[in-house]
Amino acid sequence: MSTISRRHLAALVALAGAGTLAGCAGSNPLEESPAPATTTSAGAPAAAGTLVVGSQQYYSNEIIAELYAQALEKAGFTVERQFQIGQREVYLPELEAAKVDVLPEYAGNLLQYYDKTTDVTDGTAVLSALAAALPEGLRVLDAAEASDQDSYTVTQAFADEHGLTTIGDLAKAPQPVKLAANAEFATRPYGPEGAKATYGVDIELVPVEDSGGPLTARALADGTVQVADLYTADPTIAKEGFVILEDPEGLILPQNVIPLVSAKVDDTAAAAIDAVNAKLTVAELQALNARSIDEQARSEVIAREWLAAQGLA
Amino acid sequence: MRFLLDALAWIADPARWPGPDGIATRLAEHLGYSVLGVALACLIGVPAGWLVGHTRRGRGLAVGLSGAARALPTLGVVTLLGIMLGIGLVGPMVAFVVLALPSVLAGAYAGVEAVDPQAVDGARASGMTEVQVLTRVEIPLGLPLLIGGIRSAFLQVIATATLAAYVGAGGLGRYLFLGLKTQDYPQMLAASLLVVALALVCDLAFAALQRVSAPAGVRPQ
Repeated sequence: MSTISRRHLAALVALAGAGTLAGCAGSNPLEESPAPATTTSAGAPAAAGTLVVGSQQYYSNEIIAELYAQALEKAGFTVERQFQIGQREVYLPELEAAKVDVLPEYAGNLLQYYDKTTDVTDGTAVLSALAAALPEGLRVLDAAEASDQDSYTVTQAFADEHGLTTIGDLAKAPQPVKLAANAEFATRPYGPEGAKATYGVDIELVPVEDSGGPLTARALADGTVQVADLYTADPTIAKEGFVILEDPEGLILPQNVIPLVSAKVDDTAAAAIDAVNAKLTVAELQALNARSIDEQARSEVIAREWLAAQGLA
Repeated sequence: MRFLLDALAWIADPARWPGPDGIATRLAEHLGYSVLGVALACLIGVPAGWLVGHTRRGRGLAVGLSGAARALPTLGVVTLLGIMLGIGLVGPMVAFVVLALPSVLAGAYAGVEAVDPQAVDGARASGMTEVQVLTRVEIPLGLPLLIGGIRSAFLQVIATATLAAYVGAGGLGRYLFLGLKTQDYPQMLAASLLVVALALVCDLAFAALQRVSAPAGVRPQ
């Protein structure tokens, strides 16, 4: 009897542990966490003809990975899924060791991982620098229009009132402009100092610590702040009718979705992924994310229906 | 050890003390939030506790309600109220009051209940009204226990007031969250040490207050 109850106890402890790990799954990819936590570890190299598609521990990234996986299956490849592989420190070595073949990445952060000293912020420059910085055996395919990055976002009413389209236009509004973001925004190159130097805008930071979550969105919607740092793929932007201010001077490092692939990805496979990426706009990515958040739909279902709607299935 | 030294150096840097984001301002904000939260809790909890203690009625209800509210996770309350009412101090303040209420309430009724029944009977026998019994006998004699309750409430609120910074208010939590998000662990530790120091100083002050609050006749020599 006592062995059984002890076993039950062990199972409970294991469950609790899994629950704790799963609790971290919603973390944002744009935050560089030093603690690589992983629930899945990529296994041995897969058989030839099989492509291993991985994803970050981030729901939106898993949806994109699932899009690639289903497109590859449609193109005749056998796909093995290794989703939710933690942070860059964990999955990039797996890609370098060719244990994972395809993983959706974000251009700016990927570049910064391989080139810590880089100071390019312009979209095209990031892509060419990235091509040069990648290690032997890895390459990136064409970037999608969709990005998942920090932004200066305002309400439609505030944009109309002051005629805002770019971040620089904020200088036309009464200064300083209040901006809600995580505390670390103050220390980032695209923070208040960057906005002042690049666009001459005075920003007063109101720290709200939910990483562009509902508290930040609420503060923007009710006018407590005039600007909020929301992630561009956040479906709240479309739902609330917020406006992302343009960034012509390249203040914010672009984080376009970009497939990172191993040498095993041939032209046929690359074409299948490219076809998906070509349709992946910010609005489409927001809509995909919204289905996960609002309907709690599984990424497999979201991906299948989206590919069908895009004529890719 | 290196973190601890770095954290102490962080606190010792005189450049960090003045200004709107200086340690002095944040300490004052932190203390102010705690005082306000506990004061609001006292406004509700002390009269309610005295009533419960004097009448010996409704104790189960008062303890059950405040205890159940106390079980709500404070970060959850702060976030929920932030979404409902907007960011700022209102959400955290409600959470602090909820946190402080059970201790204040317990201190108030326990103090009144613990008064020697002979003293209360004596007061009644000498012709005091119920209000006089409460205000002249039970409340003064129960004061040290009430202050003990406020003391423990204050300690809990000081330790939790860092959460105000989660929704755009100030306090020492600002350093804590900034340190966490930028992996500046000396800063995080420094903020924690400041909270601990503030809590200790306040606790000592309350201990002294608790001693002098006892009426002369029952004060321990």
